[in-house]
Amino acid sequence: MLIHVVVRRALFAMVLVAFAASRASAQFEFVGSWAPLGTEDVQNDSVPVDYLGLALTDEARIRALSYDESQKSMIERQCAGWGAAYLVLGPFGLRVSSQTDPATNRVVSYTIGAWEDWNEMVIWMDDRARPSEHALHTQAGFTVGRWEGGALAARTTHVKAGFIRKTGVPLTDQATIDWRVFRHGDILTILMVATDPVYLVEPEIVSKSFRLSARPLDYSAGCVTGYEGHEPGDTVPHFAPDRNPFADEFVKLYHLPKEAVLGYPETLYPEYRKKIKDAYVPPPPCTESCGAAGNFVLRR
Amino acid sequence: MRVVSAVIALVIACVAQPAALRAQQQSGGAARSARDRSPIDLTGYWVSYVTENWRYRMVTPAKGEYRRIPASRAALPIINSWDPAADERAGNQCKSYGAGNIMSVPGRLHITWQDADTLRIETDAGTQTRLFHFSPRAASSRSSQSLPSWQGDSAATWEPAPGGGGSLRVVTSNLRAGYLRKNGVPYSERTTVTEHFDVAPLADGGKLLLATTIVEDPEYLTGPYIVSPHFKKEPNGSKWDPTPCSSTW
Repeated sequence: MLIHVVVRRALFAMVLVAFAASRASAQFEFVGSWAPLGTEDVQNDSVPVDYLGLALTDEARIRALSYDESQKSMIERQCAGWGAAYLVLGPFGLRVSSQTDPATNRVVSYTIGAWEDWNEMVIWMDDRARPSEHALHTQAGFTVGRWEGGALAARTTHVKAGFIRKTGVPLTDQATIDWRVFRHGDILTILMVATDPVYLVEPEIVSKSFRLSARPLDYSAGCVTGYEGHEPGDTVPHFAPDRNPFADEFVKLYHLPKEAVLGYPETLYPEYRKKIKDAYVPPPPCTESCGAAGNFVLRR
Repeated sequence: MRVVSAVIALVIACVAQPAALRAQQQSGGAARSARDRSPIDLTGYWVSYVTENWRYRMVTPAKGEYRRIPASRAALPIINSWDPAADERAGNQCKSYGAGNIMSVPGRLHITWQDADTLRIETDAGTQTRLFHFSPRAASSRSSQSLPSWQGDSAATWEPAPGGGGSLRVVTSNLRAGYLRKNGVPYSERTTVTEHFDVAPLADGGKLLLATTIVEDPEYLTGPYIVSPHFKKEPNGSKWDPTPCSSTW
């Protein structure tokens, strides 16, 4: 009788282990240094009013137009950093490490290391429950991941209200971000799908590729605050949304349609390209003060 | 005793099933066609969702701008002498619709199986057709016999993932020289385009197609040019709108 009990329990444990292994085993090596490629442009030149490629609500557009990038020169805001979405929007690479359970040797979490203006992100791989919706919201948020169809799939919640673009496009603390990480040889591609019930009419979908780096990336420089012209207690720099002095800068610089620069949803689809076909005039070639790669640098 | 037997059977099933699946996948499924082996379904209508490189894709950038493309020194004279009217006159209006750039051109894709071992991608922008050959013999014989073309010759392989799902890998060569961007940033006939097609679900029940595209050209690029345009699945072809190639737009 005792032997039956022992056998049953052992077999039950084996079933659990087999089931867990089939669900949780890594489908590629994610750990390492992944260098950015810089071949895709999301934030353009960080021109103040640039919401290209976004599908914004009217409320988001008004808030974004009220943003003055001088806010970042206030000492208390200099090191506030950017939210989780900056993982694929920023110019940096990835330094990924894993943390394992010493008893089972299984990966409990992956950590994507911090940059100067971005907090580290932990992706929990142990099926842990999400905290209460009232729990602390942070820049990086709370992320749970799993392996699915050859990709690492993860969802971030509990983000702090912040921005989805450095140009002041806002994101609420109700936003969720779904991630898919694909690896093809030495190329890692991260797909981000950010949804926000308040500020985004349609999800912001961005993919960014990285290349495996033989040398570790060094992002050890921390953020250091310094006096940049604002005293503590000064008014927070901002514009009346209808008087933003930079509202037409990007439009004029590249001859872009204003509704595209202001993030109207229809501008993300091929029909829009046909709509502006007859009205659009390409900008003239740059002839002076041009940066590398023939781009325009004649700003302000 | 019956319980013990059942549990043993279950364990064997758990352990053996993925192993059998892997073995089948690795062997290429001997007699099974590429269509039958497909770990993901790419068929249907898909629309470009242009959130990246908007300024380079939705409108034509200024002549001479090749930002974010690792153009070689040899490419610069071509970039700076771009003449869309001359391209049009020479019948080269499809230069920016070749395999090196076509997935970045805003438009719709219609993906079907032409036969059990050939996946067909049609684009309404520029009315191009790409054929992805899963049979290695078909791909290599085409490549050795045919003249270079806008879409070249594409050899496709499934890359199944353990536990289900996976990815499509396509390598395209034998290309006619074309443009990586509407404003004349060139790629040569020596170019190889490697693409990885992945799908991902959306929270609203929709589906995304991600086309990670790696363009390598020993002549006009100093390194690989890598982009990853994405597409949303559409329920049908009601928005399909074929338009011819244009070098000015």
